[in-house]
Amino acid sequence: MSKAVSALQGASFEGFAKVEETGLRGMITLRGDLASAEMAAAVKAATGADMPALRKVVTGDKGAVAWMSPDELLVVVDYATVNNTVAVLTEALSGVHALVANVSDARAVYRVSGEHSPDVLAKLAPVDFGKDAFGAGDIRRSRFAQVPAAVWGNADGSFEVICFRSVAQYVFDLLKVSAEKGGEVGFH
Amino acid sequence: MLTLQCPYCGVHAEETELHAEGEAHLKRFGPGSADEDFEGYLFMRENPKGVHFERWRHSNGCGKFFLAARCTMTLQVFGTYSAQTLEPPQDIKDKITATYPGWSWREFS
Repeated sequence: MSKAVSALQGASFEGFAKVEETGLRGMITLRGDLASAEMAAAVKAATGADMPALRKVVTGDKGAVAWMSPDELLVVVDYATVNNTVAVLTEALSGVHALVANVSDARAVYRVSGEHSPDVLAKLAPVDFGKDAFGAGDIRRSRFAQVPAAVWGNADGSFEVICFRSVAQYVFDLLKVSAEKGGEVGFH
Repeated sequence: MLTLQCPYCGVHAEETELHAEGEAHLKRFGPGSADEDFEGYLFMRENPKGVHFERWRHSNGCGKFFLAARCTMTLQVFGTYSAQTLEPPQDIKDKITATYPGWSWREFS
């Protein structure tokens, strides 16, 4: 099998905030009845995390689980273990109506870090990034300029943006322009 | 700018995060129905100045369809509710009545 590479292979940019592509990341789309015991058990077995509440991300010892919609979760794990996690989830959900799909290579992930990183994001998405509205453990699906994307807050104060791989360069360029020195807003 | 709260993910989404999907509460008339009913289902739409019921999709978000009641003239939003409903919930009807006593829209009032 050919060597897997991430969309922009770790490209980074340093402005008034730092924007970097995080490289390969294991991502699994999980759909089904989120209220069911089977789903909660499957998530626990795969990541060690509990079922996330509305628009929340929960981190376990093997990965993180994000709430994407009333019947959809995103499971984030190491790229190396993604096939293993898919197998665990598929096995745990074998008797119920559910979908487990490995979407790792269909996405790109960016980390935006720095004191004013919310300003970088707020220029691009119609989302309230104020400290009391959005922080660590929150996820929000929205649009970044003209393309759909999702963003979540990390415990260290940085943010991670995921988008489709087909628009990886576009989103990186957006974040770059938004983080350029001279473009400070100083709002957040 | 129109801001609607998605009843599925609770986000107060502004217009650009949503997609308008036409009129709400359409009753489908398929093959075998009367020609007038079929024509009405396909083509006849309300276009009121005032109270209106619409279908929206939170397309740049959770992706779910939902229904919204609003005034097309003032852009006042009376509320949003699940798409799995056959008629507007009573609390939304009450809110409309508070602003527009005697309103009616298709068979609802």
